[in-house]
Amino acid sequence: MANTLFINGKECEYTDEPNLLEVIRKNGFNVPTFCYRPDLTQFGACRMCVVEIEGRGIQSSCTMPPEPGLRIFTNTERTRRIRKIVLELLLAKHDRECTTCDKSGKCELQQYAEEYGIKNIRFAQKKDNEFLPIDRDNPSIVRDPNKCILCGACVRACSEFQGHSVLGFANRGSKTVVQPIAGKHLSEVDCVYCGQCQAVCPTGALTIKSDVETVWSLVTDKEKKTAVQIAPSVRVALGEEFNLKPGDNVIGKLNAALRKIGFDLIFDTNFAADLTIMEEATEFIERLKSGQNLPLFTSCCPAWVRYLETQHPELLHHLSSCKSPEGMMSPLLKELVPKYFNGFTNENLYVISIMPCTAKKAEIKRSQLTRDGRQETDYVLTTQEIARMIKSAGLNLAEIEPENNDSPFGQYTGAGTIFGASGGVAEAAVRTAYEFVTGDKLENMDFYPLRGVDKNSRTKDATIDIKGTAVKVRVVSTLKEAEKSLREILDGKADFQMLEVMACPGGCINGGGQPRSCDNSKIKEERADGLYKEDTELPYRKSHENPDIQKLYNEFLEKPGSHISHDMLHTHYKNLFEHSYKDLKR
Amino acid sequence: MPALTRDHSDWVKVDSIIDSYEAKKSNLIAILQKVQEEFRYLPEDILTYIGTKIEGLSPATVYGVATFYAQFSLEPKGKYIIKCCDGTACHVRGSMPVYTSLKQRFGLEDGTFTSKDGLFTLETVSCLGACGLAPVVVINDKVYPQMTTDAMKIIIDTILDEEHSA
Amino acid sequence: MGTNTININIQEEQKRAEESIKAQGLRVLVCNGTGCIANGSNDVIAKFKELGADVSILTQHDKVTIVPTGCHGFCEQGVLVIIPDLNITYVKVKPEDVEEIVDSHIRQGKPVERLLYTSPKTGEKVYRNEDIEFYARQSRTTLKNCGEINAECIDEAIAKHAYEALAKVLQENNPEAVIQEIEKSGLRGRGGGGFPTGRKWRFTAANRGGKSYVVCNGDEGDPGAFMDRSVMEGDPHKLLEGMAIAGFAIGSDEAYIYVRAEYPLAIKRLRIAIKQAEERGFLGKNIMGTDFNFEIHIKEGAGAFVCGEETALMASIEGERGMPRPKPPFPANKGLFGRPTLINNVETLANVPDIIRKGADWFSSFGTETSKGTKTFALTGEVNNTGLIEVPMGTTLREIIFDIGGGIRNGKKFKAAQIGGPSGGCLTEEHLDLPMDYDSLIKAGAMVGSGGLVVMNEDTCIVEVARFFMHFTQSESCGKCVPCREGTKNMLKILEKIVRGQGEMKDLDTLEELAYAVKEGSLCGLGKTAPNPVLSTLKYFRDEYVAHIKEKRCPAGVCTALKVIKIDESLCKGCTKCARTCPVGAISGTVKNPHKIDQSKCIKCGACVAACPFKAIKQA
Repeated sequence: MANTLFINGKECEYTDEPNLLEVIRKNGFNVPTFCYRPDLTQFGACRMCVVEIEGRGIQSSCTMPPEPGLRIFTNTERTRRIRKIVLELLLAKHDRECTTCDKSGKCELQQYAEEYGIKNIRFAQKKDNEFLPIDRDNPSIVRDPNKCILCGACVRACSEFQGHSVLGFANRGSKTVVQPIAGKHLSEVDCVYCGQCQAVCPTGALTIKSDVETVWSLVTDKEKKTAVQIAPSVRVALGEEFNLKPGDNVIGKLNAALRKIGFDLIFDTNFAADLTIMEEATEFIERLKSGQNLPLFTSCCPAWVRYLETQHPELLHHLSSCKSPEGMMSPLLKELVPKYFNGFTNENLYVISIMPCTAKKAEIKRSQLTRDGRQETDYVLTTQEIARMIKSAGLNLAEIEPENNDSPFGQYTGAGTIFGASGGVAEAAVRTAYEFVTGDKLENMDFYPLRGVDKNSRTKDATIDIKGTAVKVRVVSTLKEAEKSLREILDGKADFQMLEVMACPGGCINGGGQPRSCDNSKIKEERADGLYKEDTELPYRKSHENPDIQKLYNEFLEKPGSHISHDMLHTHYKNLFEHSYKDLKR
Repeated sequence: MPALTRDHSDWVKVDSIIDSYEAKKSNLIAILQKVQEEFRYLPEDILTYIGTKIEGLSPATVYGVATFYAQFSLEPKGKYIIKCCDGTACHVRGSMPVYTSLKQRFGLEDGTFTSKDGLFTLETVSCLGACGLAPVVVINDKVYPQMTTDAMKIIIDTILDEEHSA
Repeated sequence: MGTNTININIQEEQKRAEESIKAQGLRVLVCNGTGCIANGSNDVIAKFKELGADVSILTQHDKVTIVPTGCHGFCEQGVLVIIPDLNITYVKVKPEDVEEIVDSHIRQGKPVERLLYTSPKTGEKVYRNEDIEFYARQSRTTLKNCGEINAECIDEAIAKHAYEALAKVLQENNPEAVIQEIEKSGLRGRGGGGFPTGRKWRFTAANRGGKSYVVCNGDEGDPGAFMDRSVMEGDPHKLLEGMAIAGFAIGSDEAYIYVRAEYPLAIKRLRIAIKQAEERGFLGKNIMGTDFNFEIHIKEGAGAFVCGEETALMASIEGERGMPRPKPPFPANKGLFGRPTLINNVETLANVPDIIRKGADWFSSFGTETSKGTKTFALTGEVNNTGLIEVPMGTTLREIIFDIGGGIRNGKKFKAAQIGGPSGGCLTEEHLDLPMDYDSLIKAGAMVGSGGLVVMNEDTCIVEVARFFMHFTQSESCGKCVPCREGTKNMLKILEKIVRGQGEMKDLDTLEELAYAVKEGSLCGLGKTAPNPVLSTLKYFRDEYVAHIKEKRCPAGVCTALKVIKIDESLCKGCTKCARTCPVGAISGTVKNPHKIDQSKCIKCGACVAACPFKAIKQA
């Protein structure tokens, strides 16, 4: 049922919007905000979204539910004065070295300061001795407390998405800071590097640790060769950085842009996703037969793997031994590219992965993912970083003619592409496992109950009838939801045989390395739609039908689960709770 | 890392405190109060432990609670905790000279609150609700009414005499 | 609904309690509140007992009982001892005085004159309690029992009608009628805002059905206010009964009292009271044999003023940082643990039993048109009689300061009164005849707040007072919202600059602009009211600010940095004593010639002023 209220004199309709801010935005108006993030609980702290309501005075629109007949004014003298003072106060305490800030041009504080014309800061500025050290000794995230405006979005993300609360508020009043316990570095605590804190941060206080310059130096070095792999979800998000719509599939344009930048070979992680399904479906079937180590946990998400290693080492045996698709792809490329392409050697080849993910930057440094003393993947660039590289190369992705990637290791199926959305791995696995077990052809391969990336779809269950055997699959996104499923297992109440976990809400399409989307919940849904659309358009939709995959097994890997598969494509896990800062009763 | 040297018996104490409050998140403040009573401050490793042991908490959130409330100290406190009331009534009747004289006597610089010998911790509190007796100083829960710098000097001298003769 | 049969005859219980009290013979009431304990009340009680006073030997009374009571409110005169047979209050009683009281008063019926209160006005001793002007003008209802009963003994409370009102509402079994009675009484929240209590109950009762809570806000954080402490220490059953009635009215079976950790005695006495009430079947399961259950828990605070804000208080009960959240949703809909919650402060709830017992009309016979009943004030600062008082709403400031308070100390001049603590404002001479009620005070730019009332004389620097309050609120800001966190800090910085003598006139504009932004933009009541002391002093004492800025002068002579110490050359005999005393060598001069102070070196310590034998050095 639609009701109406008045915004700046205009009668506006609203339905189920949770707060006035959403109603304001829906009706073509806007108010600034730092702390409101639609997927997080309302906080009401920054006071930028204040509006004046007839008879109710000044209210923060992000916390006020709509009521019929309210008369709201968004730009009164009082609201503008509050916003300007808030900006002036924040800027006085802020490290204002904007030009060298990683968020420059994307910083909301910078944007509003410009829009509100804050030129003169009358309040005492931050003194040299008030600057706090920057936390940058982990592979994924840089935390600069001097740019923090205490909006608490990161604290809420860490708690409400991941249930992990590595970051928290400390101290009180003007001494308040956001930090891990006792000001430790992220590397000293059990941060899983999902990057969601960074994804919701309005300023340069949390940024992605950039590998762009190192990769540029590889690309421009004639002695070195580069091979790139691109994760499924990158293709439906990167376009946003170039004014294309969320969900627009830009894989062809990206292939072309990467070549123009000077990368030597362009492959697709989707191919490795198909490979993962071959291995994981086989592993799943074996576990179903033996009844051991069920439910099987997917292992594609490095944040999830690190979470289990640090929080629940007792459950590590549930994890699939399969490397993530990205993790499978790199050693294959290092091994096979020299065989297929001239001028490439194992020594001169560098593998660079383009990922939606900040945790990947940490994953590639795992000792289990090295070969002959070298990392299997040399560098990970997030979607945001590759966008910056494309821009700095003077290219406009929107106008580039699409190109194909390099073959082999380029062809992929719809099953591979949906890895990018929560539920995709499980759906892809079921499509293949069904046919592996039954030998029958699966006609209806759209498992809708496993799809959905919005707030209400963070735990999804589906039961699949595999010739009389009911197999229950559980899909969760966010570690907070995952923890609930783990509790069920620990309490002996779990009735599912497979658990797919993605740490980021909605899966990789909403990964910590993706273009900014925190002020609009719909963006991740549109990205997911882009992936499911590609799934239906591809010639093959089941991993085992991928001709290149079949060829790879025939020529090199023999069969899923073979000795060589295990050597190249599988991994093992470590108890990382031991000797951690939480391991106190040694 | 102090964690490596902590006795097993300390953990037994912490566990029994947590258990006595049913390991409930809503009892966190009471748990921290008990821990502080036991250890005279809140050691970081114990905060981490509580954050790991109680569902719904994390080390960072426990630390956040511990640093929010003025009652909690993350550093060992002195044997004598001196609270100078600086509520309105006490302030108007001269609590600050009393505080300053103690600060000078203990040689405390800004930002430090415990004397070097570990004997005294000097704090201000906003109001003890004993406004009729302003200015008020509380030493280890004993209330000293209508304090002056001279009276304070005698009280501290007495404590020191007792300490030296003990 | 129908009436309930309750299994307790409260009148019988009262009769029994009264008899047991009568059997105590002469009751010597020794104040045992926090204030008097600090003054040595425990030693006084011990001395009485040592002398065998409570076993009644050799006295004209059959029996004498020493009764430790709650706060009488007149803390400055503690230890207070009241002996009802001659209706006498002894003040400033020391253990060494006890023997004389026992010998003279108790044994021979002869008052000990030297221990009587001396009227600051007449300089004469006052014999009868009701002639002490501090008490004479009060209407003590909420605080009445505090000085008359032993809080640790439930029978003493029962003899004073405790739990009679609860028995009444349980018997009548009509929650709606209870809410109506509270609405009709006109009771408004005593904690600060003055929201109509009955309406709050109605809002919460509208969510009847599921789990809901009653929360008593005992986080009395305003510096200079201690009425809630007195009730919790002196008459805890009144509070518990009020809470149980509230619980019955809104359909709640569980409650919390949130008490500041700075009140250990209140916590102790509440725990004792809850236990005793449970034993009697007045709290806990199946109260008085009905199906009404009501369990009360105590939660101790841990030192955060902001937890007096209701949403922060609930966060603290839940074990979190005490950070407020925006309203709506209001606690009545979504409060503690996400459930409907009724939050009232101690004084509000302590008013409830009498309203139910004596009726709404009795209550509303006190006070003004829009502010009914009595209100407690903590009267402190530069008045002769400081302490806790209770007067009808609408009593004027003049009556409070000059009648009850006995006027300004040492014959000084009244300058201002700060009401409502750090959230309140300053009242000046022009407000002396203002009725103290919610609406008049808001109009004057102040607020009743919790009832802290600090009186200032001509020696008080108003800018320094504003700085003091700003320092308090900024250090108690939770840090969540920007206007309060950063705004109060920058307001403080500006005020510090002004009291240091480094202020510029444009700072006043910035200060005022900031004050309005903090007031309008902050998330919770702490921030919304934090600028009040600055705004009201800017309004009434702007010239003092200007004097600090333009003339670099503190009119009250308080601000150290602005003090100027000068040698009056006509009085200086050149004795060189000052030059020798000066710790920084700022004074120069030759023997028998007038000396001079180098103002750039002078640290205004005042050592020379004290040293000068000719009173030639003056501080301005």
